[in-house]
Amino acid sequence: MEKTATKVFPNAVTSHLGGKTMSSCYQCGTCASSCPVTKITDRFNPREVIKLSLLGKKKAVLSSDSIWLCCSCYNCQERCPQKVEIADVIYALRNIAFKEGYIPDIYSEFASAIIRDGRIVEVSKFVEKKRTDFGLPPLQPTGVDALSKILSATGFDKLPQKKEAP
Amino acid sequence: MTSYALFLGCTIPARQPNYELSARKSLAKLGIELVDLANMTCCAPPPVQSIDLETSLSIAAYNICLAEEADLNIITLCTGCFESLAMANALLNDNEKLKARVNKILASAGKEFKGSNEVKHYLQVLIDDVGLESMKQNISKPLSKLRVASFSGCHFLRPSELLKVDDPERPHIFDDLIEALGAKSIEYRNKLKCCGGLLRGYADDLALSIAREKIVNTTKAGADCIATLCPFCFIALDMGQLMIRSKLKEEHNMPVLHYSELLSLALGIDPEELAPQFHKIKLDRVLNKIG
Repeated sequence: MEKTATKVFPNAVTSHLGGKTMSSCYQCGTCASSCPVTKITDRFNPREVIKLSLLGKKKAVLSSDSIWLCCSCYNCQERCPQKVEIADVIYALRNIAFKEGYIPDIYSEFASAIIRDGRIVEVSKFVEKKRTDFGLPPLQPTGVDALSKILSATGFDKLPQKKEAP
Repeated sequence: MTSYALFLGCTIPARQPNYELSARKSLAKLGIELVDLANMTCCAPPPVQSIDLETSLSIAAYNICLAEEADLNIITLCTGCFESLAMANALLNDNEKLKARVNKILASAGKEFKGSNEVKHYLQVLIDDVGLESMKQNISKPLSKLRVASFSGCHFLRPSELLKVDDPERPHIFDDLIEALGAKSIEYRNKLKCCGGLLRGYADDLALSIAREKIVNTTKAGADCIATLCPFCFIALDMGQLMIRSKLKEEHNMPVLHYSELLSLALGIDPEELAPQFHKIKLDRVLNKIG
């Protein structure tokens, strides 16, 4: 019974986009020794994140700030002898955390900006006007209508926007 | 004249006219025409990938569709945009099931991803379409006294299995292009290490500490400037030095230039035409050396 329960979370990760290679990890630690973040803080260690995920420690993984401290440099992924797509596994974990309501403030801002403007970084009206002075061509319109249809088709617009988890 | 659909992204038009101006001017001089297409959006970079990978792939694919419809390959300036779009292009072309899944989503916006066109970073365009020899012939003001610390940023190289630009552990394309300008591309400690940029906004202290190492290492190696390809690396290293000053009480003065700015200077374009005021660390040291 307990054995089945501990498989639920790792199975959810490996069946998620980006997560499928996680189960090949044999905990050698090449990822941790290649990681620029692990080098300067004990708040993040990719080997540890994968170990906890494989052990089914769902809450420990999703509620900790560890998964948000990967800087997506892909150094670990390049060097993994088992071809575990570590940076992509971390994206999968973040995706699952987001759906479960574990959402850092800055990511909730990113989500709203995409829904509102079709862009993460807004080009202000002031900067847009300045383009002519610099001799830059006018900005083309952003495809917000098409984007809102895509966001609705994937359910992105209905994702939780703020922290809901206890 | 070779034409490309320019994928401009968000950060460059919002914050870095110096990047956009120098890229447009230098590429035009080298015979590359940039076509600005309507209705492009965010490329869906790591922050969006972190929220939902299915959405980020679909957004990237949507933008590639626009270029496919215009029968153009895409050129990017921002390395982040390059990674998002090139990665999606490769993933969807390699996996029919994933392509069908994304096309089902794109149908809601009246689009279909075919996978017929390429996504290239502008350095690849310089190598493939202009060529190093022809570039050298166009240089009117060689940067021969300049010692440049190249920093391509992570997403120009990695994940290499999908991006296929250069050797991820021993890259040379960026250094070759710097030397084509007459400058010396120097070695320095941890050259290929991340700038920490993607941690900004979530863990600013860690981001700054990683950026600081890059500034310290390039200074120790005797660089006159750092050359970047990515607007986020540029912010992390250029504005980063002001933050190091205020938060860590440490004084650094390492000019950071995008490669397109160095290229423009070597092509003889007047620096005043390139909006140098968008640099937090002044360029005097570099401009004096070029003469």
